Amino acid sequence: MQTWSLVSICVLLGVVVRWGVSLSSYSGAGKHPMFGDYEAQRHWQEVTYNLPVQEWYFNTTDNDLNYWGLDYPPLTAYHSLICAHIAKLINPEWVELHKSRGYESPEHKLFMRATVLVADLLIYIPAVVLYCFCLTDGSSKKKVCNLLCFLLYPGLILIDYGHFQYNAVSLGFALWGVLALGLGWDVLGSVAFCLALNYKQMELYHALPFFFYLLGKCIKQGLMGRGLFQLVKIAATVLVTFALCWLPFLSDPSQALQVVRRIFPVARGLFEDKVANTWCSLNILIKIRSILSRDSQFYLSFACTLLSVLPSCLRLLTKPTFWQFKLALVNSSLAFFLFSFQVHEKSILLASLPVCLLLNDLPLIAIWVLQASTFSMLPLFLKDGLLVPYVVTSLAFLYFGPYLLSALEHSSEEELRLGAYHKLLFFLPKMDLASLVRRKFYVCIAVMACLSVVSAALVPPPHLPDLFPVLVSAFAFMHFFGSFVYFNIVQFSAPPSRKSQKKSN
Amino acid sequence: MAASVDHGGWFAALFLGVSLLKCLFISSYHSTDFEVHRNWLAITHSLPVSRWYHENTSEWTLDYPPLFAWFEFGLSHVARHFDGDMLRVENLNYASEATVLFQRLSVVFTDLMFVFAVRECCRCVQVQKGSQDVLNQPAFVLAALLLWNFGLLIVDHIHFQYNGFLFGFLLLSVAKHMQSRHLQGALLFAVLLNLKHIYLYVAPAYGVYLLRSYCFTQDNKDGSVRWSSFSPLRLIALGSIVISVCALSFGPFIAMGQLPQVLSRLFPFKRGLCHAYWAPNVWALYNLLDKTLVTLGVRLKLLQEADLPRASMTGGLVQEFQHSVLPSVSPSVTLVCTLLSILPAVASIWFRPRGARGFLRCLLICALASFMFGWHVHEKAVLIAILPLSVLAVESREDAGIFLMLSATGHYSLFPLLHTPAELPIKVVLMLIFTIFSFIALRKLHSGRGSLLRPLEVVYLSGLVAVAIACEVVFPLSPWRQTLPFLPLLATSVYCALGVCYSFLRLYGSLLTSHKRKQL
Repeated sequence: MQTWSLVSICVLLGVVVRWGVSLSSYSGAGKHPMFGDYEAQRHWQEVTYNLPVQEWYFNTTDNDLNYWGLDYPPLTAYHSLICAHIAKLINPEWVELHKSRGYESPEHKLFMRATVLVADLLIYIPAVVLYCFCLTDGSSKKKVCNLLCFLLYPGLILIDYGHFQYNAVSLGFALWGVLALGLGWDVLGSVAFCLALNYKQMELYHALPFFFYLLGKCIKQGLMGRGLFQLVKIAATVLVTFALCWLPFLSDPSQALQVVRRIFPVARGLFEDKVANTWCSLNILIKIRSILSRDSQFYLSFACTLLSVLPSCLRLLTKPTFWQFKLALVNSSLAFFLFSFQVHEKSILLASLPVCLLLNDLPLIAIWVLQASTFSMLPLFLKDGLLVPYVVTSLAFLYFGPYLLSALEHSSEEELRLGAYHKLLFFLPKMDLASLVRRKFYVCIAVMACLSVVSAALVPPPHLPDLFPVLVSAFAFMHFFGSFVYFNIVQFSAPPSRKSQKKSN
Repeated sequence: MAASVDHGGWFAALFLGVSLLKCLFISSYHSTDFEVHRNWLAITHSLPVSRWYHENTSEWTLDYPPLFAWFEFGLSHVARHFDGDMLRVENLNYASEATVLFQRLSVVFTDLMFVFAVRECCRCVQVQKGSQDVLNQPAFVLAALLLWNFGLLIVDHIHFQYNGFLFGFLLLSVAKHMQSRHLQGALLFAVLLNLKHIYLYVAPAYGVYLLRSYCFTQDNKDGSVRWSSFSPLRLIALGSIVISVCALSFGPFIAMGQLPQVLSRLFPFKRGLCHAYWAPNVWALYNLLDKTLVTLGVRLKLLQEADLPRASMTGGLVQEFQHSVLPSVSPSVTLVCTLLSILPAVASIWFRPRGARGFLRCLLICALASFMFGWHVHEKAVLIAILPLSVLAVESREDAGIFLMLSATGHYSLFPLLHTPAELPIKVVLMLIFTIFSFIALRKLHSGRGSLLRPLEVVYLSGLVAVAIACEVVFPLSPWRQTLPFLPLLATSVYCALGVCYSFLRLYGSLLTSHKRKQL
């Protein structure tokens, strides 16, 4: 069968699954007075449509920042503005200042869901298709399988189409950046990444690898000659892109400062809710928040993040290859997720995207981590009433991932890149690490399934109301920490040899 | 697709994939059929058998044969554990979350019957030698065409009905005939008839085929029947199977003296010639002709507008409708038309039996003929032809072309079933997936010797795309939305009627040409 028809069927399947999920409930549906992320996005449309640009990020009589004030960079605001104009055309009540607060109706839900799908179709999905076809190796059928798994990653679908956010936009821009860098178009890549960064500040998780990859490439070309020219060109592109995105706020320094203050709310504490990172997991044992002052918490997390990112970034700087770049993206985003300040459970999506890039190279591990990332957001899905879509999409991913990518067959020690472990664990008797990994995979999936059933079906004991969310986040944390170590080791071990690459073809 | 896919397991992948997709539609729109089936659950669960066909608290009275009522009775015992309130007869329009979940899941799980039948059908088609690629195997294509059938997905899992379960019986019975296990096939069909009597339409094909090819054990050299080879034992075996199934189903009601009441429920001739939305058949064209003549007559001052009966045919009411110029059609006329149109096909399998595939072709013609000429036909009934035709489509080039025409038009004619905007993307995308797959896969399967479709057919199908865009996108934004609300339905059913009529004629043509081929 022709490849194009398989690709279109895969994309259409991705779309129908997305739309199927979008039929279910969204965050904060009917939950007066604060609602949820759905209302936040609608409120931003209302604010951006009715207020002048100068007031968007300021607390005024018409703009109560305590009620879902705008706290994302300007591109998000512009996107809201465009959506608001369309909303105004369809039904002016949807974006009426003040009066539209908490507006909910089936038509409005349909409109909001459609905006997500349109953004996804324009930005994320084409990038995924191009990535799978230009930058993965293997037969065209293998590429199609890869594409389908990439598109069916449940975490992103559930957050964007269930919970309600526009992660596909920022992740899509980042993916366009990766794509351009992989094809050697460094300038375009940096434009795309700047757009991602200006859509969602959380894209900073990916910023260091981008920076070090480009810097490393320039150094390789010689910092005195062509490299310098290239570096200047990229720097200028970044500055111009940023300037264009921030144009309305540049006239007055206080404006720009206020935007920055809104985007980085340092005052909000080390972590909120139950998130599967180091600080929240450590909190079970040590109550860090009561021991340290907020400032020292901030410096501690900053130092830890920096230390954990540094090795992979330095390795990337000395070896700026695309393979290293992909791994550095995973390592950096995982390091940020695990150690940085004020992390949300949804931020794991930033680590999932680069893991998706590795679906073709390390299928089993990638599927495992991706499933863990979906699982880590389970408490959120339960709160939003997304149990059925969560179960359905996870089962589909767990079945089709290993099946289409033949993950369990391609899991020899060499293919899992476990060679380095033998050197590290020289003191232990020699054993078959690959089968151990496979067994561990099954056990972990079983534990995730059990915890999912338990969280959904049982009522926690009254003196431990947070028991299940804590168990979920602690278990997911173990996965993220383990995979952080694993991907760092992979990055520092030898690059995939030609031979094994050919074999995987 | 990759190495592992070639080594089997594709059937499980197709089946699991579609089953999970069905579960995603749990919270989608459902039609009044949802309430119909909830009501039947309640009736069969909480009332004695003697009340089943008398109960009329809800307007959706039990109007399927008794075995289906027992099926609902069985389901109701599971339903109890989800939400007992759905089983109270007076709880009209009850649709709690647990009720929706249970009813949706009951359709997904009873579809296992369909899955099993598809598996059996796939065993009956030949294997393409020399092709390593699973995508080019007829069995794979057939499984995908059946399991991922667009019509079944939207009718069962969004609109809400149990067709998958019922088609399971039909396809399994066809597969059993292909495997020459005629008694099992007959038993399955008898059960099917007592589950839903709409399958009476294809009963003539079964009756003649079994009589001719099972009860007569030998043919003459020229293919005509050898009367001396009649086996009374086989006829008795067949008859006892059919009669015992019917006795099991209707017996209790005959014993209670309720047969007339049951039959009056099963065959409600008080409904009109056409359903609220015209099924794309001959009567849709007939209605259109009538409307055109009226308009012309009024324009040319041949008719007085005041004399004409006022009726809006697609106004959304199930009612009897008077034609204005052309003679009105009565149920008996439709019956005669149907019988006349199936006669040649049935006669052909009597005089020139061509095995199970000839029988299948005759079954298709019966199904399509009753769809074309039947009384109060639902648009969903076109699936009775599309699904079995898939089996023929993977085996012959000619049938593949007919299948593409019929499935595209028949499936498109189901679009008005889902009229809510939220389901629009689903129906469009699913239709695209199914159509792209069927076109590409069948073309690849029958590669060589040019296109599967004739130029005129390509033009017609492109027109279908134009009609779809006009009805789904342009019309809702146009001013006619208020003044002519029925226009898209009219356009859809008339345009699709052309395609279905054409497919019907081509199918008849294939019966005659295969006849000739046999003689050569």
